[in-house]
Amino acid sequence: MSVSQTEFRAALLDAAKPVPDGLLDASSQPAGRRFSVYRNNVAVSLTEAMHQAFPVITKLLGPQNMDGLAGLFLRQHPPSSPLMMFYGQEFPEFLSRMEQLSHLGYLPDVARLELAIRESYHAADSQPIDADALAVSPEDLMQAKLGFAPSMRVLKSAWPVHAIWRFNNDPDAPKPEPGAQDVLVTRPEYDPTPQLLPPGGADWISGLLSGQTIGEAFEITTAEIPDFDLGTTLALLLQGAAITSVTIERLDT
Amino acid sequence: MLDDALRSNRLPAAPGVGYKPQHFTQILEHAKPVAWLEIHAENYMGDGGRPLAQLRHLSEQFPISVHGVGLSIGGEGSLDSDHLTRLKHLVEWLNPASFSEHLAWSTHDAHFLNDLLPLPYTDMTLARVCEHIDQVQNTIGRQMLLENPSSYLAFEESTWSEPDFLREISQRTGCGLLLDVNNVFVSATNLDYSPQEYINEYPLEKVGEIHLGGHDEDEDDHGHPLLIDSHGREVVDPVWALLDYVLDRSGPKPVLIEWDTDVPDWPVLRDEAVRAQAALDRVPA
Repeated sequence: MSVSQTEFRAALLDAAKPVPDGLLDASSQPAGRRFSVYRNNVAVSLTEAMHQAFPVITKLLGPQNMDGLAGLFLRQHPPSSPLMMFYGQEFPEFLSRMEQLSHLGYLPDVARLELAIRESYHAADSQPIDADALAVSPEDLMQAKLGFAPSMRVLKSAWPVHAIWRFNNDPDAPKPEPGAQDVLVTRPEYDPTPQLLPPGGADWISGLLSGQTIGEAFEITTAEIPDFDLGTTLALLLQGAAITSVTIERLDT
Repeated sequence: MLDDALRSNRLPAAPGVGYKPQHFTQILEHAKPVAWLEIHAENYMGDGGRPLAQLRHLSEQFPISVHGVGLSIGGEGSLDSDHLTRLKHLVEWLNPASFSEHLAWSTHDAHFLNDLLPLPYTDMTLARVCEHIDQVQNTIGRQMLLENPSSYLAFEESTWSEPDFLREISQRTGCGLLLDVNNVFVSATNLDYSPQEYINEYPLEKVGEIHLGGHDEDEDDHGHPLLIDSHGREVVDPVWALLDYVLDRSGPKPVLIEWDTDVPDWPVLRDEAVRAQAALDRVPA
């Protein structure tokens, strides 16, 4: 009796399935409960990976609820690669489809922020520009395009995700108030830091990421948010060592 | 078959430990008698940041053993070529003292199961494992070591004993072997055979590294002892005794302490390395 890996895997992920024939114990009897060691190893190791990957979600829901959710998630979305550091990409979507959690509408965006922080942690190192690289005339600044660190992430949310994240990481942080928040994740050295962006900040940075100049992105952003604070946004990027290049294309040359 | 020039295992016959980032500072200050470190390859396949910076720093002071847990060498399907490429990059960047992997599978149909799963020992699985090891050694341009698993069950279809299977793989591919002494003890207890007899049949001359770790105790449906390879506690006395039995026959080898869950403070892990040093000191070089 030969046991295929397809059959072995199916029984691993579904405890309702019988243990495959052809697996034996020390007395050549059917393996029975011994197969559960593998079932348990897979479920426990992936559940543990989810706890580590999403500590704020775990805190918000409680560890036992997280165990239950992780159990459902890992069966629908087993890892697609051995790089466990990136496991859980589908978790925000998964959370948004959970009807029982629809009253906690902010959970998917909190999970997106936790993914962004983890990606930032493992991203390539880079060399930031000096702050005075931006000390140019206002006209030149508006013509400039920026390159960003691979560790930078930007998140636009209808929920106060930055406040929720802080409240669950910093005992002195204030209780979150309702409202939309844009978040910038930078990694000045090795520790990713989420920062609250001024309203419009995420759209403006996304514009630059898609190749717009500072001026073009500013115009598009201020059409929606007239008092968009460009100075604060630039300062957060500089302090976070998130700008790696400045290219100024002068119109008159 | 591997070219002789590529047999590049450079681990010292001394104690090593599995590296955990929480021990970084203390390792730099109080390593002795720990002489080398082992990392899990997959944890260092990101693009940058602290993990790679710490590893670069450690590699300037210690020989590093890269131990893969995700290649799925025993898999029915072909190896994941993206993963093999990532491994090649890591090995080229780090130039480690050794690379090792497991006689196990973990990936099937592009799903990674994050556990070391067992395979039957047949002519068919032998051919497939050898093909995969050839591919790994050709890709990374060096010899690899293959580790014996801890077994909780046996396959009815198996026609080879584990030591014979490992010897044959080593002869066909030129790979070396990583002897996990705790795994031998766990498997022998679970499947009712003598761990000493296993060692007597095992090709000790192929061993490039030894692993030791802690296990948990459980029972199967019939009240038979079932040991679980958990790497979450001290190595037990019978496993230390089995290490002595091995070293008496093999001579000094690099000996690694694995502690992956409920990771203790550095002095506790270091004490295990002290005990490994004592075991090595008993053996004439």
